Amino acid sequence: MADYMLMKGNEAIAEAAIRCGCDGYFGYPITPQSEILETLALRKPWEETGMVVLQAESEIASINMVYAGAGCGKKVMTSSSSPGISLKQEGITYIAGAELPCLIVNVVRGGPGLGTIQPAQSDYFQAVKGGGHGDYRLIVLAPASVQEMYDFVDLGFELAFKYRNPAMILSDGVIGQMMEKVKVGEYKKRLTDQEIVERYGSWATTGKTPNRQRNIITSLDLDANRQEQFNLKLQRKYREIEENETRFELINCDDADYILVAYGSSSRICQKAVDLCREKGIKVGLLRPITLFPFPTKAIQSFVGKVKGFLTVEMSAGQMVEDVRLAVNGQCRVEHFGHMGGVIPSPNEVVKALEDNFIKG
Amino acid sequence: MTEEIIIAGFGGQGVLSMGKILAYSGIMQDQEVAWMPSYGPEMRGGTANVTVILSDSRISSPIIQEFDTAIILNQQSMDKFESRVKPGGVLIYDPNGITHHPTRKDISIYKVEAADTAAAMNNAKTFNMIVLGAFLKVKPVVKMENVIKGLKKSLPERHHHLIPMNEQAINKGMEIVAKVG
Repeated sequence: MADYMLMKGNEAIAEAAIRCGCDGYFGYPITPQSEILETLALRKPWEETGMVVLQAESEIASINMVYAGAGCGKKVMTSSSSPGISLKQEGITYIAGAELPCLIVNVVRGGPGLGTIQPAQSDYFQAVKGGGHGDYRLIVLAPASVQEMYDFVDLGFELAFKYRNPAMILSDGVIGQMMEKVKVGEYKKRLTDQEIVERYGSWATTGKTPNRQRNIITSLDLDANRQEQFNLKLQRKYREIEENETRFELINCDDADYILVAYGSSSRICQKAVDLCREKGIKVGLLRPITLFPFPTKAIQSFVGKVKGFLTVEMSAGQMVEDVRLAVNGQCRVEHFGHMGGVIPSPNEVVKALEDNFIKG
Repeated sequence: MTEEIIIAGFGGQGVLSMGKILAYSGIMQDQEVAWMPSYGPEMRGGTANVTVILSDSRISSPIIQEFDTAIILNQQSMDKFESRVKPGGVLIYDPNGITHHPTRKDISIYKVEAADTAAAMNNAKTFNMIVLGAFLKVKPVVKMENVIKGLKKSLPERHHHLIPMNEQAINKGMEIVAKVG
């Protein structure tokens, strides 16, 4: 009991960054994620672990600071909300193109444009399909609780370094602003340059030693054939990530006639909807993707022939629904229910949407 | 056991911190808790509300439409939340500043004159603890000892000398809460 702390999702991100041995945070304030930078400023980790915390002059500056830190093999991160993440896209595609590890946190708000400060999930396409230019992918984690906000910072860094690829935590205003109890972990030491080389190989610019070539961090190669070979290598890496790192949770799916598919805060709303449906005698389950890239395609496919339909619930016009439809490839009905612009669906509305789509008429 | 509560009033009344103390008290007795504040334009308009859920099992949705208990501290919140108390549920309100009193017959209604009492005690800051006391009298969902532990957790150490005063205010709220419907 005493081990638990009551924290906002945003505060959990900051606490986890300090404790997992993060070397640097570079950000710029924006609602609904400003508590990440605020908590870091209050905690003063530069006195405790030596972690750098810097409020940059803009979102664009902060992602380029992350690019530089990542090039040195450091555990570096940034966070923002939707409009700010759009500004960071150039830096993100350069980081992906240079095969560098870093963590980006998006506490999503309604869009498009400046939109609203209220929660939304309308940045799914941007997060999982690329976002910036070029054929690249982020590893995208979707926390559904404050504990997962905490846990996924360490996990995000771990995956980012394992695959030398940027990772993103795709959250939203509900999870960012909500307080729940959190079990915090032990402090991990920040790595020295020597330890970075030992653990992750010698790709980083930690200083040239006499017995190796210079390490060059770049996303530019003007030779078309070499650039294609590099792209093929990236694609092999993404397939490997799909093979090894797909994560999802199944709730009451064993005997389900219908399956709700939802991530993040929508999945919490859907858990309640599952309970309400079961009380009415409708056999409903929930499939919660924990990784959005890689997407749990095979898990969804495995229910084809067993269930009568899928309903995705998203705070968007329907984005993830496209990936669910690709997974079932026309072999099962897939419908979408959602709200946009900061309106949050209620569990009762989800139940009604399921009944309207699949049961009545 | 699951208790779903909305606390709603003006910014500055201590609505969010009261919710936080309640949530910490739940943690102290090994419950699952969720605390979900309003942070949108309504907050910038001066009203503040927070949903607090205490449960013995995993909490599903932190976003809920209906509440077991509504604690209402201004007219705007009365207009918004009276209809959203579950049938058989509880509504607790401070009549100070309320022009349209609650009228529902299918819920239990209590009033607590917290603003006047806090003023009489010469300490307006204990207002939210008087309200918390009223709630705990009507719905003893957390034990007093756990509330004190919760207070210790949620207050910075330099304010720990204020805990006895807060305890007194909670007891006062328990005394003065009255059933009106």
